[in-house]
Amino acid sequence: METIAPPLEADKNQTDHPNDRLTVDKIVIRFAGDSGDGMQVAGGRFTDASAYFGNDLSTLPSFPAEIRAPAGTLPGVSSFQVQIADYDILTAGDAPDCLVAMNPAALRTNLNDLRPGGTLIVNTEAFDERNLVKAGYKENPLESDLAQVYRLIEIPMDTLTKEAVKDSGVSGRDVLRSKNFFALGLLAWLFNRPLEPTIDWVETKFAKKPSVVAANISALRAGWNFGFTTEAAKTTFEVRPAALRPGTYTNVTGNTALAWGLIAAAQCAKLPLFYGTYPITPASDILHELSMHKNFGVRTFQAEDEIAAIGAVIGAAFAGNLGVTGTSGPGVALKSEALSLALNTELPLILVDVQRAGPSTGMPTKVEQSDLFIAMFGRHGEAPLPVIAIPTPAEAFDLAIEAARIAIKYMTPVILMSDNHVANSSEPWLLPDVESLPDISIPFAVSSNGGGHFLPYERNYETFARPWAVPGTAGLEHRIGGLEKEAVTGNVSYDPDNHQLMTDTRAWKIANIASDIPALEVKADPGAEILVLGWGSTYGAIRATANRLRNRAKPIAIAHLRHLNPFPANLGEVLASYRTVLIPELNNGQLRKLIRAEYLIDAKGLNKVAGEPFKVAEIEAAVLGLMEQAS
Amino acid sequence: MTTPTYTRADFQTDQEVRWCPGCGDYTILAAVQGFMAGMGVPREKIVFVSGIGCSSRFPYYMNTYGMHSIHGRAPAIASGIAATRPDLSVWVVTGDGDALSIGGNHLIHALRRNFNLKILLFNNQIYGLTKGQYSPTSEVGKQTKSTPMGSVDYPFNPISLALGAEASFVARTIDMDRTHTTEILKAAHEHQGTAFIEIYQNCNVFNDKAFVALTGKDERAINRIDLVHGKPITFGPAGERGVIFDDGRAQIVETAAVDSSRILVHDQHRGDPTIAFALSRLSHGPYGPTPLGIFRSVRRPTYETVMSQQLADAQGRRGPGDLAQLISSAGTWQVN
Ligand code: SF4
Repeated sequence: METIAPPLEADKNQTDHPNDRLTVDKIVIRFAGDSGDGMQVAGGRFTDASAYFGNDLSTLPSFPAEIRAPAGTLPGVSSFQVQIADYDILTAGDAPDCLVAMNPAALRTNLNDLRPGGTLIVNTEAFDERNLVKAGYKENPLESDLAQVYRLIEIPMDTLTKEAVKDSGVSGRDVLRSKNFFALGLLAWLFNRPLEPTIDWVETKFAKKPSVVAANISALRAGWNFGFTTEAAKTTFEVRPAALRPGTYTNVTGNTALAWGLIAAAQCAKLPLFYGTYPITPASDILHELSMHKNFGVRTFQAEDEIAAIGAVIGAAFAGNLGVTGTSGPGVALKSEALSLALNTELPLILVDVQRAGPSTGMPTKVEQSDLFIAMFGRHGEAPLPVIAIPTPAEAFDLAIEAARIAIKYMTPVILMSDNHVANSSEPWLLPDVESLPDISIPFAVSSNGGGHFLPYERNYETFARPWAVPGTAGLEHRIGGLEKEAVTGNVSYDPDNHQLMTDTRAWKIANIASDIPALEVKADPGAEILVLGWGSTYGAIRATANRLRNRAKPIAIAHLRHLNPFPANLGEVLASYRTVLIPELNNGQLRKLIRAEYLIDAKGLNKVAGEPFKVAEIEAAVLGLMEQAS
Repeated sequence: MTTPTYTRADFQTDQEVRWCPGCGDYTILAAVQGFMAGMGVPREKIVFVSGIGCSSRFPYYMNTYGMHSIHGRAPAIASGIAATRPDLSVWVVTGDGDALSIGGNHLIHALRRNFNLKILLFNNQIYGLTKGQYSPTSEVGKQTKSTPMGSVDYPFNPISLALGAEASFVARTIDMDRTHTTEILKAAHEHQGTAFIEIYQNCNVFNDKAFVALTGKDERAINRIDLVHGKPITFGPAGERGVIFDDGRAQIVETAAVDSSRILVHDQHRGDPTIAFALSRLSHGPYGPTPLGIFRSVRRPTYETVMSQQLADAQGRRGPGDLAQLISSAGTWQVN
C-alpha cells in the first residue's frame, strides 16, 4: 500500500492540468540550511501544520555540533526532516522526496539523500562565489545537470523575501531572517498545508515584536503566492489525514515527554520531584522543561558537575523526594561511583541517560545506543540495577512513570535510557487520561520495625525492599552509608557470610523485578521464522521494516524490549520459538552479547555506529539476506 | 511542639567508637554531642553527612539521621537534603583530604550557594585512614610515606579558601578547647546559611603535635589570637601584641609601639571580606601566631529560601500544577 511520491513522469502525464493536485499516502521533506537560516523553526511549523491537518508524522532534526559554526560552511548546516502520512508511520523516512537547500553547503551535505526524481528547492542567491567555495564546490552545481535528475525549483529567495517584508518595520539584517517563512509558505502551497496554524504560532511567539510578526507572515504568504502565481511546480501534493485512534493528540519530542513523565511520576508517587543535573547535550532540554514548571513543586538544581548532580539527588532521595538526575554517556561515567552508593544504601532514584555518539566527547549531537554496557555493568563491585529503554518520543512519558514505580517499590536506583533520536524527534501522542495514571506511591516508614530499635535493612517480604525512613520521623533515626551493612540491623559489617548474603540479596532483589514487569509482546506473522529483536529508538525502523515485509508476503516476527534488566520473564521462551534472531542496534552488538550470554543462542547482529538512525531499507535488506540464507 | 530535653547520652549510639585512642576526633565528638543536647532541635530533625576519612566515621556515632557517603561528595549530598528539606538541621563532617582534595569542587560551590549547611572540616594536615600520606594542608617539605624526600605541594589555607569561595560564615577552632568549639558550633547553628568551621584536630598516630603551637603549655599563650567580635585584636600573655591593618595587609605589632587606635577592632559582620581575608593570612598553618574564632559572619539569603520562594511565586501566579493542562500545553488536535 505504500507508494512513493511520483517521479518526473507524473508531471509529464499531467501537463494539460497545471497545478494538479496529486494525492499520495506519504511524503518525506527535509529543510536544510545554515544554522542561522531557521530550518528547525521551518520544519517544526511544517510538522505542526501537518499535525493539525491530521496526518501521522515523525521527525528527525539534525543540529550542527558547533553552536555558531561559521556561516555557509559544511559544519554549519542544520536540517530537519519530517515524514507525513495518511497511515501509521514509524520513522522520519529513509530518503526525502523534497529537499529545501538554502545554500550550497546545505545542498552538498544533503543532496545524496534526495531520491531521484524528488523535488529540490534552492535559494539561488545563496549560490555566490564565496558560499560555493565554503561548501567546497569548484563549479556552481545549479549550472550542472541537476534539473535532469530532480524537479529543480530555483528561487531568488533573498530578493523576494526583502520585497515581501519591506513594509513590516523590520530592517537591516533582520529582513532576511524571514527567509525560512518564505520557504515554508512555498512548501505549504506545494503540499497543500494550511497556513493558519503557522500564523497563529507566529502571532503568539512574537507577540511582543509586532514587526517580526508582520514580516514573518508577509514572507509566509509571499512564499505561498509565489508558488501559486508562478506555477512553480506543475503538480502539488496532498497527504490525507491519517486514520489514527480517536482522541486528543499533541506533537511531542522525547525530551519533553520525559520531563512531563517525571512530573506525572512524582504525582503518581505522591512525592516532590527533585531534578539535579549538569548541562550536557542532548539531555539539557529536560532541565529546561522541568525548570519551567515550578508550580508543580518541581525543584531543579543545576549542580557544579555531574557527580554533584547525582550527589544532590541521593541527598534528596534520602530526604524523601523522587530524585532524578539526567545526563549523557560522559556523565554516566562520572556518576558511576555515586550510583553505587545509591545502590548500596538502597535509595530510590532515576538516572536518565540520553545517549549520544561516543566514546569521550564523541559526536554529542548524534545518536548511538552504545551505553547499554555501561548502564548494565558500569559500576565497581557486584552492582546490578534495573535498566529501562525508551522506544519512541511519546513512550518516554509512560516509561518515566515505570522507572519511578520500580525505583520506589524496590528501593533502588533505576537507569532510564533515551537517546539523541528519541530526545529530539517528535511524533503525535494520544494524550492519556491523567485520572487513570497508576498510583505508585509507597508509604514511608513511620514506626519502628524493631521494637525500640529501628532496623533500616529489615526487608519487605515480597519485594526485598528496605524501609524508606526519612529524616524528621521521630524514633527512626538511623545511619546508612557505603560501607557494607549487616543484614537487618544496618550496622557496619566485615563478616564474610554477611557480605555474601548482602551481595546475593541485592542481586536477587533486582532479578525478582522480572515477575513485576509486562511479558515481552511479539508481533508475529503466521509462519514467521525470523525474529527481529530491538530496544530503544530502533523501534520505528524495525516496525516499518516489518510492515514492508508483510506487504511483500514475507512473514516476520518483531519484539521490542523496554526492560533490559531484568529481562521480561518470557524472553527465553520467545527467543527459542524462532529459527533466527536478528538484533539491529546502533552499537557493535551490546544487546546481542547479553542475549547470547544469557540464553546461549546464536543471535545475529545488524550493527551501525554512524551517528544516524537505521534506515528502514537497511534492516529490510538484513532480514531479506537472512531469509535467503535459510532458503 | 516542644523539644525534648536531652543529655549528651541521647546523642550517643550503640556503635563502638573506633578512632585511635588519643585521637582529637573524640573531643570533637563529645563537644558536638554536648552542644546538640542543648541546641533545641529534636534529634530526628538533625542529619549528619560525611565523606570518607577518619573524621567521616562521625555519623555512626551520632544518634541522629546520618549518611556516611563517598569520598569528597558530602557537601553535594547535603545540598540535596538542604534544598528539599529546609526544616532539617544539616551538618557535614569532612576532613582536609575529603573536603580540600577530592571534594574541593563541591566544597567551594556549597559555600557560594549558601545552603543552610554546617560544614565541620577536621583538619589534621595528614591522611589518617590511608595511613599517613601528606594532605592538601600539609606543610611544604613534609616527609610522609608518599613524600620520602618531602612534599612539593604548596598547601591550602582553608580559611582563605572559604572566604574566597564567598562563604557567609567562616570560623576556626581547635579540638583541645571544648568551650571554644562549643561557642563556634552555637554561632554556626544560629547562622542562616552555610557555616564553614575549620577544626584543628590532632592525629596522634600520623601527625602528632601538628598544633602544638596552639596547644602547648608555653606556646599557646604566645601564639593564640582570639578573634572576638567588637574587641581589639591583641594577644600574648599580657596582650602585648596586636594586629593592625596597614599597607594592604594584616600585620602583627607590639601593642606598645603603636597608638591603640590603630589596633584592628574585630568586626565579623563586615560585608567586605578583605579584612577577614587579611586576618586569615596571618598564618599559613598553625606554626606561629594564628587566629581562632569567627572570621566572618554575614547575612545572605539561603539557597533553599529563594528556591522555595520561586516555587511559591510560580504557584501564586499560575496555580498549583495541572497535569492535564501541562500535556496539552503545546497545542492539541482531535481525531474522531
Ligand atoms: S589515624 Fe589519626 S585521625 Fe585517624 S583515628 Fe587515628 S589518630 Fe585519629
